[in-house]
Amino acid sequence: MNAPRRHSTALRDPAWLRTLLLTIALAFVALFLVLPLIAVFGYAIEKGFDVYLASVTDEDARSAIRLTLLVAAISVPANTIFGVAAAWLITRFTFSGKNLLVSLIDLPFAVSPVIAGLIYVLLFGAQSSLGSWLIAHDIKIIFAVPGIVLATTFVTFPFVARELIPLMQAQGSEEEQAALTLGAGGWSMFWRVVLPKIGWGLAYGVILCNARAIGEFGAVSVVSGHIRGVTNTMPLHVEILYNEYNRTAAFAVASLLALLALATLAVKQLVGWRMRRAEPEHDAA
Amino acid sequence: MRRRRRHALPGFGLTLGLSLSYLALIVLIPLGALALKSATIGPLEFWNAVTTPRALASYRVTFGCAALAGLVNLVLGPLLAWVLVRYRFPGRKLIDALVDLPFALPTAVAGITLTALYASNGPLGRWIEAAGYKVAYTPTGITIALIFVSLPFLVRSVQPVLEQLEPDIEEAAATLGAGRLTTLVRVILPTLWPAILTGFALAFARAVGEYGSVILSKLDAYDYAGATAIAVVLLLVSFAALLAINLLQLWTVRRRSSEAR
Repeated sequence: MNAPRRHSTALRDPAWLRTLLLTIALAFVALFLVLPLIAVFGYAIEKGFDVYLASVTDEDARSAIRLTLLVAAISVPANTIFGVAAAWLITRFTFSGKNLLVSLIDLPFAVSPVIAGLIYVLLFGAQSSLGSWLIAHDIKIIFAVPGIVLATTFVTFPFVARELIPLMQAQGSEEEQAALTLGAGGWSMFWRVVLPKIGWGLAYGVILCNARAIGEFGAVSVVSGHIRGVTNTMPLHVEILYNEYNRTAAFAVASLLALLALATLAVKQLVGWRMRRAEPEHDAA
Repeated sequence: MRRRRRHALPGFGLTLGLSLSYLALIVLIPLGALALKSATIGPLEFWNAVTTPRALASYRVTFGCAALAGLVNLVLGPLLAWVLVRYRFPGRKLIDALVDLPFALPTAVAGITLTALYASNGPLGRWIEAAGYKVAYTPTGITIALIFVSLPFLVRSVQPVLEQLEPDIEEAAATLGAGRLTTLVRVILPTLWPAILTGFALAFARAVGEYGSVILSKLDAYDYAGATAIAVVLLLVSFAALLAINLLQLWTVRRRSSEAR
């Protein structure tokens, strides 16, 4: 009768410690996470809803939004196709150099975004031989849209593959084997067996990849050239507006990015919940 | 025919070709360009470029602020993870979700928000300046921004370890007469060290990477050689941090397997 109670009290922190730790943790979260989040929306609507709407639909803001969506629409699908292919390759086959390949896929995470931008400037910039050839043929990569797409793709390169590799490793290939035994072709096996199996993990990877692609600042800043209405993405536009003391407009555009961040967090929770439901044995553990 | 019961899965050639060519195009060739460029700089010129007074000052700020931010998170990250795993309170799930905010919120947004909050006329900056300190546009401000950026790494590396911690060690400690605080510091904390250090290394690497304004300001002057040299230094530090992470994880696995024995 006494034993179970002793168990539970032994594992409970005393009330004073509990209160102390909880207070520190909550104060930290309030100061560092909640307050900035509220501030973004607060500053955005500080001059009223009309000003907010005008800032968001301003010509330069609209072109920044269009460019950001365009960049994400190219680099996210490209990285998704690569991620699925690389995860299939790494989890379903054995070949020499596999560990090296896994490390190389992670490499862009180790490279600072600013350096990611710099390597493309070095490769395609006017001072390189490739760059002078490009200029002679009137092809613009750096300080133009292709450079922004490349830098964004580099920075978001590992997201999908990283999410899929451990998932597909854990899932094994039983179902794929069964589908092949039953006579399915390679592609029909992929669409009808593999894709449904990895669906939620894939969705999670794509969401993270998309959030980063839309929010990337450092790498894009180096290759963009900050030409307003032409090579200005949303994060760059936010910074320019803020440095021009146009605080309300800066936070109006920033609030769109913050909404996207909140949507990303919400979808992340949803996907985590669905994935836990999909593996009941995981819950029991 | 009968011998091979398992079918060979299709797609090896396709996925190998696609993965390698995409990897080469996006990552390897551009990084190779950086390596080539830094190789054309003579060793003396390289040394001079990475040791200019401006570069040295920027290392101090970068590594100093990144280390300080990492240390703050070294204490508060595991504390937050402990509260989220062990305590039940209203809003716990919401806070748990919110911990990932710095991953999801674009740095530009975080940057201007923290600047606005801590500026002389901002709601927090006004208080702090009344007390005689200045935060915005100072190393303190950079440190605060880096604490924000690197917070999730510490929490998310410690959290899973705490969740899987077996209660029997704590019970044993309590049975043997240890107070709760002693148990926390002497029994639970040691099992968390590998995760805490991994999180710290990740946080530090991210903080160093995030702060690259030196290179930006050098690029404006079209000093490509100098920018390249400093880029190589920052890259080497990031790689060293990643190597440390891998070694730490190896250490963790070894510890686990020796404990299981």
